[in-house]
Amino acid sequence: MAAGKVLLQAEDIRRALLRIAHEIVEHNRGGKDIVLVGIQARGAPLAWRLAKSIEALEGVSVPVGRLDITLYRDDLEREHFRPNIRETQIPVDLSEKHVVLVDDVLYTGRTIRAAMDAVMDFGRPRTIQLAVLIDRGHRELPIRADYVGKNIPTSRLEEIELHLLETDGTDETILLPPQEDA
Amino acid sequence: MPLDRKDLLDLDDFSSDEIMLLLETTSAMAEILSRPIRRVPTLRGKTIVNMFYEASTRTRSSFELAAKNLSADLVNVSASQSSVDKGESLIDTMRTLQALGADMIVMRHWEAGAPYLAASWLDAAIINAGDGWHAHPSQALLDLFTVQERIGTIAGLKIVIAGDILHSRVARSNLWGFGKLGAQVVLCGPPTLLPRGLAEIAETESRITISYDLDEAIVDADVVMMLRLQRERMASGLLPSTREYCARFGLSRERMRRARPHALIMHPGPMNQGVEITPELAYSEQAVIEEQVTNGVAVRMAIFYLLASTPERLA
Repeated sequence: MAAGKVLLQAEDIRRALLRIAHEIVEHNRGGKDIVLVGIQARGAPLAWRLAKSIEALEGVSVPVGRLDITLYRDDLEREHFRPNIRETQIPVDLSEKHVVLVDDVLYTGRTIRAAMDAVMDFGRPRTIQLAVLIDRGHRELPIRADYVGKNIPTSRLEEIELHLLETDGTDETILLPPQEDA
Repeated sequence: MPLDRKDLLDLDDFSSDEIMLLLETTSAMAEILSRPIRRVPTLRGKTIVNMFYEASTRTRSSFELAAKNLSADLVNVSASQSSVDKGESLIDTMRTLQALGADMIVMRHWEAGAPYLAASWLDAAIINAGDGWHAHPSQALLDLFTVQERIGTIAGLKIVIAGDILHSRVARSNLWGFGKLGAQVVLCGPPTLLPRGLAEIAETESRITISYDLDEAIVDADVVMMLRLQRERMASGLLPSTREYCARFGLSRERMRRARPHALIMHPGPMNQGVEITPELAYSEQAVIEEQVTNGVAVRMAIFYLLASTPERLA
């Protein structure tokens, strides 16, 4: 694999998440009735980190869930589709809650569309909000994030790889140059 | 990893990795069944036909619920109310269903091999829901899943499958499934209901044992699976009497004490209570018979989902 350019280092990721935690608390006037739902795979550890920060800030413990959206995707028929389903676990009834979806990279918006459909099957939240570590543009649906760690303009041919301690042993974000066979 | 197959006919040619993929996917489907809204949009626009040439309650409704939970359109056809009564051939009936738009056909037939014939003629995915005495792969998968959920593993377990082995497609598919995942399988029944061919396989295959004595076979078993005495398929002369069968091969509290303390009791249903199993045991804490039925829906959702997303179908 071609070597990529490091966009965010561990410290940058830590600071961005801390700021997002502050913004979530500010926007929702405290931590009450917030449920963080991480989208599998890398949104899940990010949701846990945000929950820890919110707990440190506000002294409230925020429920954290994880959501696999494979069964809600609209690309079952596309070639790159991989059918492995990861765990979904929603610890509380989402009705009347402020649900904050957490994902690593916001790109076309299709994952978020699927995640919103999935969340609705668990109840009727008061609001659904979106927190992402990176917004790389190129939306194909009318979706925007409420909380963004960093906006990174990219070409569609480039790839962004996020590594996290929990899943990959290190915290960093890498921009991979256009792939020849992409 | 995708499941690279067009059909599900039996588990005999499945790798243990493929079986594990099915069980992992089943686990995800079981989570959906625990939600307030038990439906996902995954197979929207797909058509699934249940084609049953033989009576069935649980298998047919289980496939039907599985299809509906995945938002597929489902059509139920039973042979007795179809053109089969007018003499239409198997292939013509199946081709008609495909021409009507069926993406997958769930098929039960009284003849062993019928789904294989259909699979070779059609582009639609064929799912074997039981063919004669031959195979019933979705039942074996739900049995594997139930044991895995309850005990946490399958490798190394002692599984006793007892009763009317001769007529049992459930026993044959389970033999493959449990064997591939590393369990020891004991097939137990009266000599007239234990086919000679299986005894020959047991001679060379160390994971399979044959026994004609349930009291002996059941010792230290982790799972005891009782099979229904299939009297409707039975030629006369196979058994001296139902009473004697019950005395020697029926599962009673006393007999069950010889198994491990928390051993599971399974039965593919429908049960002949008082013949192969006492009602007391069928509803005891060790029995997972109703769990088997519930898990059946999740297993069939996994089958539909994985067959719909095979590389061949996505290309």
